[in-house]
Amino acid sequence: MLILTCPYCGVDAEETELTAGGEAHLKRFGPGSSDDEFHDYLFARENPKGAHFERWRHSNGCGKWFHAARCTATLEVFGTYSAQVTEPPQEIRDAISAKRPGWTWREFS
Amino acid sequence: MSEPISALNHASFDGIARIEECGLQGMITLRGDLSDKVVIKAVKDATGQKMPGQREAFVNGETGVCWMSPDELLVLVPYAEVEEKLAAMQGALSGIHALAVNVSDARAVFRVSGATAREVLGKLAPVDLSRDAFQPGQIRRTRLAQVAGAFWMDDEETFRVVCFRSVADYVFKLLKVAAQPGSEVGYY
Repeated sequence: MLILTCPYCGVDAEETELTAGGEAHLKRFGPGSSDDEFHDYLFARENPKGAHFERWRHSNGCGKWFHAARCTATLEVFGTYSAQVTEPPQEIRDAISAKRPGWTWREFS
Repeated sequence: MSEPISALNHASFDGIARIEECGLQGMITLRGDLSDKVVIKAVKDATGQKMPGQREAFVNGETGVCWMSPDELLVLVPYAEVEEKLAAMQGALSGIHALAVNVSDARAVFRVSGATAREVLGKLAPVDLSRDAFQPGQIRRTRLAQVAGAFWMDDEETFRVVCFRSVADYVFKLLKVAAQPGSEVGYY
């Protein structure tokens, strides 16, 4: 069972209160981009064994979207943070580095 | 004008807790910047309450205000006064980016009362309802089995539960099953 703390309402929300929203921090490639960029934007997703960044929505609650960093192998949650960012904040990266030294995820590490 | 009636028209059930449909309750959804002085004053004028902080609910009978999300409040007023209060609120908010809408007839309200009320709600929602974690003065938006709902406590043994009117019958049946005689768990 996954329990995430919603950064907007502060509730420790259990998985059944949440809706998964897929991978976090995707950069959109729309009109004007190359076919390869558009293909990767649409279809290429990370599938790590370890630290992963996801979007979640507190759908049966305050209704807000937020980001979560967790381990796909152990379900350990490194932290949750605001949806209004384009990359993981430093404290989340530090939390992951403390538990999973040398981690990388897309261009972040 | 036809007479408005609530979803289940005061249906009730007695089990390990008493379940009652509360009847008509005026409700206004207010969205905007909750730190804005104009919004704070509009809430004060409509309910006499101060602006609630995160997950706080200041409710006195049929009047009060509940924190729903960082930019949303649920304003409770008596059903008969909702149009008048809403008009005053919309007038006060006209100069800023905010929204106030009458949602009274979109909702149903239940009261769950009795010494085991915490257990009845605890069977339906993934929420820690121990006395340390949940107290009168707090609101929790969550799910009740398969539908969205919210509740707060009027006092130590009484919950007020709000759900959409379209699922009022479902929620009433849920509460009835959770309050079946002999179904005490003895956890809280």
